[in-house]
Amino acid sequence: MNTLKAKLPPMGTLGPAIALVLACAFFTFQHENFLTLRNFSLILQQVMVVGTIAIGQTLIILTAGIDLSCGMVMALGSIVMTKFAADYGLSAPVAILCGIAATTFFGLVNGLLVTRVKLPPFIVTLGTLNIAFAITQLYSHAQTITNIPEGMSLLGDTFGLGGARVAYGVVLMLALYLAIWVWLRDTAQGRHVYAVGNNPEATRLTGISTEKVLLGVYVLAGVFYGIASTLAVARTGAGDPNAGQTENLDAITAVVLGGTSLFGGRGIILGSLVGALIVGVFRNGLTLMGVPSVYQVLVTGILVILAVATDQMSRKGAR
Amino acid sequence: MSTPQIVMQAKGLVKRYGQVTALDGADFELRAGEILAVIGDNGAGKSSLIKCLSGATIPDEGEIQLDGKPIHFKSPIDARQAGIETVYQDLAVAPAMTIAENLFLGRELRRSGLLGALGFIDKKKMLEESISRMNDLKVGIRSMTQAVETLSGGQRQCVAVGRAAAFAQHVVIMDEPTAALGVKEGNMVLELICRVRDKGLPVVLISHNMPHVFEVADRIHIARLGKRAAVVNPKKISMSDTVAVMTGAKSVTDLPEDALAH
Repeated sequence: MNTLKAKLPPMGTLGPAIALVLACAFFTFQHENFLTLRNFSLILQQVMVVGTIAIGQTLIILTAGIDLSCGMVMALGSIVMTKFAADYGLSAPVAILCGIAATTFFGLVNGLLVTRVKLPPFIVTLGTLNIAFAITQLYSHAQTITNIPEGMSLLGDTFGLGGARVAYGVVLMLALYLAIWVWLRDTAQGRHVYAVGNNPEATRLTGISTEKVLLGVYVLAGVFYGIASTLAVARTGAGDPNAGQTENLDAITAVVLGGTSLFGGRGIILGSLVGALIVGVFRNGLTLMGVPSVYQVLVTGILVILAVATDQMSRKGAR
Repeated sequence: MSTPQIVMQAKGLVKRYGQVTALDGADFELRAGEILAVIGDNGAGKSSLIKCLSGATIPDEGEIQLDGKPIHFKSPIDARQAGIETVYQDLAVAPAMTIAENLFLGRELRRSGLLGALGFIDKKKMLEESISRMNDLKVGIRSMTQAVETLSGGQRQCVAVGRAAAFAQHVVIMDEPTAALGVKEGNMVLELICRVRDKGLPVVLISHNMPHVFEVADRIHIARLGKRAAVVNPKKISMSDTVAVMTGAKSVTDLPEDALAH
């Protein structure tokens, strides 16, 4: 009995996967088109933006921080890259790099305010959330930018895989998850991210520069938001100034549903991928059932509270 | 008898915080292979002294020597690099990480070749080293891959002491290592402290707990009014006389000559 329990992965790692299977089972009974290869290819494409944002968000939450600005910064990145391409005739790769530079800059600003000015991440990113939103609206004149070079939608193209159509962007997202998973698990820097979230004071006393770790995490998150901008542009074929509003909370929901503790120091990055899939399955399934989108917002809200409550209770159990 | 070798020494340390003089010309001397307890009432300058020695604060005046060479620590990291490890009262470990990871936190062993250059850590070697170092100190923990939070408070403190002992080249400083622990757990840590000394590392033990101090200390440094009031021999002095000197109820000159440890 004891040995079996020891051999199974802990509930924290297995829980999200079970929730995903249950959600899939539910929607399979609700709608005959849910459990099809075509629909699952679609869910993956719908998830790739949130999933990529969730990588950056996971890193920040692992350090016991939070980034409320993630979706808005992603939207700003997509406006910068499309407008730079449209206005200045930049080639797709150069314009994309400019967009990633913009989101990385926001990550740097968040990181500096958290590490140097010692402001709480919650307030800092609440501020940059609004700043990024305002700049996005002002710079784009609240207009969608559609005249973009062809190369910018490349990652939205699909290839056939046994009857399913898989977007290149989905492959990129999965590759990023694998890379960050290995980095967090097997490198000194990755372990320091966990240590900072676990006990910042003890980490500092061992000689690790906790400021550098934190700053690095916020900057890296900015890079991931920029990659997410690229994927958003590729998927829709346009720079949308109103993007990022659902992604903002969805990304946080994905991370928490995936089992990463908001108290920091605990969690597995692959859980966030499962969490993003749960959010994606709910949105897709509810749409198939013809449920109005405002109910999707309602469900996301309930999901995030449920996930945080589970996190809170499991931590009490561990004490 | 030959004069004992002095590992760490401080002369005339002064530390002021605004109007308050925390250290007023304090001296300090730590010998090879001993446990030196540092005791003192609140405000006697005990923690300021320890902060100077561990690099947590910089003295305004005075000199600190390690192995006869003057040192100037600007941070606890400088002290660590000089081979001085400090164990703190409040269990300075990362609870969700494994024992092996905690032991090597901040000085992870890298893999060889390209992977090591990329920052990849050698988990297998870290695990083997953890097992052998903890076995050396006879810390009875079954698995080095369990999270520190699964351990009792005393076992956690043993991990912290074990980490310090495993990496210290010269000195281990322990700031109230048993204060947060129960009787049984405290004794477990005390035994470990003795084993650290028996391995040849001198230990500076700061403690309020007189029975603990008398149980393990070879000499007792009594801090009072920012100075060193006396260094006494716990085998030749009673606990009440020691407390009397510490509080100023008894003058050092009233003590019998053999109670002082020279």
